Amino acid sequence: MAGLKRLFSTRKGIVFTGILIGIVAPLLQRFGNPPNMGICIACFERDIAGALGLHRATVVQYLRPEIMAIAIGSFFSSLLFREFRPRTGSSPLIRFMLGFFGMVGALIFLGCPWRALIRLSAGDLNAVLGILGLVAGIWTGAFFLQMGYNPGRKIDSHFLVGSSFAIAMAFLLFLLFYFPPVSGQQQSDIIFYSVNGPGSMHAPYAVSIAFGLLIGFVMQRSRFCSIGGIRDLILYREAHLFLGVAGLVAAAFFTNLFLGQFHAGFSNQPIAHTESLWNFLGMLLAGLCFTLAGGCPARQLVLAAEGDGDSALFVFGMIMGAAFSHNFGLASSPKGIGPHALGGLITGLAFCLLVGFTMRRR
Amino acid sequence: MERMVDARGLACPEPVLLTLKEMKKGKGQITILVDAEVSKENVLRAAKREGWHVVSIERVGNDYRILIKCE
Repeated sequence: MAGLKRLFSTRKGIVFTGILIGIVAPLLQRFGNPPNMGICIACFERDIAGALGLHRATVVQYLRPEIMAIAIGSFFSSLLFREFRPRTGSSPLIRFMLGFFGMVGALIFLGCPWRALIRLSAGDLNAVLGILGLVAGIWTGAFFLQMGYNPGRKIDSHFLVGSSFAIAMAFLLFLLFYFPPVSGQQQSDIIFYSVNGPGSMHAPYAVSIAFGLLIGFVMQRSRFCSIGGIRDLILYREAHLFLGVAGLVAAAFFTNLFLGQFHAGFSNQPIAHTESLWNFLGMLLAGLCFTLAGGCPARQLVLAAEGDGDSALFVFGMIMGAAFSHNFGLASSPKGIGPHALGGLITGLAFCLLVGFTMRRR
Repeated sequence: MERMVDARGLACPEPVLLTLKEMKKGKGQITILVDAEVSKENVLRAAKREGWHVVSIERVGNDYRILIKCE
């Protein structure tokens, strides 16, 4: 057990985690998930927001079981290795808002950091601009961290505080089975399901859940974080987490090549637009939000499942941000950016600057 | 005077940043308090990278007390 406990925290462990995600994501596409979106935390949480009727973009509504499975896998892993620890109190509302605006940025680009890497590995060159924006956002966040940005200390809390997130995820999974999609119908009682578009494309439940549990388990052990990978390099030249990111890209590239899913170019890329400046700016906002919140969307899912109530609020903030992004016309589509993307971007950046400049260690 | 970094309750990357900041003040001995396994791993990695020697790691309740040294 002690060996297993340490196995994933090594350099090999983090690279293995990246490779695993890099293989699983393109495979999930082969099993039915949307193209270049084998696993996208932002897109999938957006689909969940839609399934719950929080937005009415009919092409992106589905209770994506990967999200719930990653959380539940991490929850059990943290219990098994005695790392589950209920805690909260480090500026919870600010974390909710960082999740909210992080999602606004991600949906201007059309993807979370994982999807940016997956899109790149499948030849979508628009992702290069997104990744450059992401690095710029992380760099800005790192500047604030060096200036003494500090959201405050977490304190220990009740078991229920720590486990509520995993319970909520289990409940969403229950809803998927209790109100499953009905062929050709937009609604299954209280849950909305896309009949066409990306929301209608999904792998079989068993495959999504099995891969999600596996990724959740391995991520909890290895502390894989795409934002942390770049942030640690910028802040103190630590390449540990970055090796995981590199492993993800390399594995996804070869898996896509093997599965015939690699198509290089800017135009006609699946679920992507070609407005380079907006791809850059969207991910700049997302990268800044995720850095100020301490981790990428997937890592936040894992932390939330481990008992971190602030990360749980971050995840719920992302879901709410997705709802507003579609309701207010902030989110992009393959046709281009939304009518109010500029407003969303400026509001989000203004919020981040306010947080970065005012929440400092005294 | 004992040099101490209390990083309990702080999230990534603050425990490492605070430790590095304390290391930059000069050689000697630093005690770092962290409350999570991940923070412990990160601090240890940073210490080794910067050429500091890990003297001891002690579990105190739910927290870890890490003692590092550089001569």
